[in-house]
Amino acid sequence: MVQTGTERVKRGMAEMQKGGVIMDVINAEQAKIAEEAGAVAVMALERVPADIRAAGGVARMADPTIMEEVMKAVSIPVMAKARIGHFVEAKVLEAMGVDYIDESEVLTPADDKYHINKNDFTVPFVCGCRDLGEALRRISEGASMLRTKGEPGTGNIVEAVKHMRTVQAQIRKLSSMAEDELVMEAKNIGAPIELLREVRTLGKLPVVNFAAGGVASPADAALMMHLGADGVFVGSGIFKSENPAKFARAIVEATTHYTDYKLIAELSKNLGGAMKGIELATLKESERMSERGW
Amino acid sequence: MKIGVLALQGAVIEHVKSLKQAGAEEVVPVKWPKDLDGLDGLVLPGGESTTIGKLMNKYELMEPVREMAKRGVPMFGTCAGLILLANRVQGQDWVHIGALDALVDRNSFGRQVDSFEADLDVVGLEGSEKYPAVFIRAPHIMEVGAGVEVLSTVNDRVVAARQGHLLGASFHPELTDDVRLHKYFLSMVEEAKKAAVK
Repeated sequence: MVQTGTERVKRGMAEMQKGGVIMDVINAEQAKIAEEAGAVAVMALERVPADIRAAGGVARMADPTIMEEVMKAVSIPVMAKARIGHFVEAKVLEAMGVDYIDESEVLTPADDKYHINKNDFTVPFVCGCRDLGEALRRISEGASMLRTKGEPGTGNIVEAVKHMRTVQAQIRKLSSMAEDELVMEAKNIGAPIELLREVRTLGKLPVVNFAAGGVASPADAALMMHLGADGVFVGSGIFKSENPAKFARAIVEATTHYTDYKLIAELSKNLGGAMKGIELATLKESERMSERGW
Repeated sequence: MKIGVLALQGAVIEHVKSLKQAGAEEVVPVKWPKDLDGLDGLVLPGGESTTIGKLMNKYELMEPVREMAKRGVPMFGTCAGLILLANRVQGQDWVHIGALDALVDRNSFGRQVDSFEADLDVVGLEGSEKYPAVFIRAPHIMEVGAGVEVLSTVNDRVVAARQGHLLGASFHPELTDDVRLHKYFLSMVEEAKKAAVK
């Protein structure tokens, strides 16, 4: 018997992306540059996060013609973003044949209390997290892949580092916990106890976890791999740099060979300017995308 | 017995785990040409074939792996790895390793929403239970050359095949706990070692 949309098929799709770089693109031309550079997938968007920040207002699912154009242009998987809680945008993306949906804090949330019930879909979802509780709440809703949130569109890696370190430290802490302590931990971090037990047994999350939100250089990508990321999302970092094709290739190679520092030095030479970036202290609380999601 | 797993991108850890469970003594990740030294077999994992192919060329792994395939070193390609192994790819005028005499069609079952699980009969595996196969944006084999044995099909499409020392599967044996296909590959490695001694 043939079965589609199983947990294994949805999570397995993310397993195949491991060690790779997923790049934000806004048209066919950028998608081809990303594929040519060795991206494992592209995220089709109307605007990259840095431009969403600049534009302000409500950010929604992109115009479907952009996803169509990108799906036609490349043979690698195509992802797209739906607003947090906006299950109709997600159903539309699924109907279009998008390979993975990102229920994303980069867009303006559509629901102030609930995320999408992702178990209800055949297409797999990736969701953002800042800590283990948030990660496990998303998994219990059906997320098949996670990414630490970082702070999108800033080109500043500090939040991505903070979120990845937080998740990894919370996982390590579980290994020394007795069962009664685990029950309180579930209460404290707002995570289902069954999933906490599973994470304690595995010593890691049960799904792939990428880093996102602030990667702007080959060394940034390698840093996130060292901290335990399974791969890297690069949003504004590539097409907001001066030489996107070169930047994209360098980030892909630095992700594969993240322990080879001489190579990363070579890859970082003459790349041209990285995206300008934003110092986090200058962002107002209301401008922080990572605070979105519950 | 020392088996390498190409470790540029994709489901590497899963193959390492399955190979060890199937009885391989030593399993090493392959990132550089020097990592190929002394290997008795090589696994090409699932991942994105375009990404892995580009990195193989960039880091000078393509030629040495082609040479190894010519020398008769057993290789096992799964999903993207099958595409890397094939000597013909539908709609593409170039190939990667180009060793397995087969025409492969990429993403031939559709997009991710069409990815599926199915229980298959696979020729040559121990036991009579069906083999649980996970297909993810999977390719299939449209045509095989004269020396290629078809091991399994789904809806009349060839999804596993063997040509002497080369083994290819459309699906992901590394994503399940059933290691019979990895055992089958290790027996191919044993055969090749014995033949080399003679």
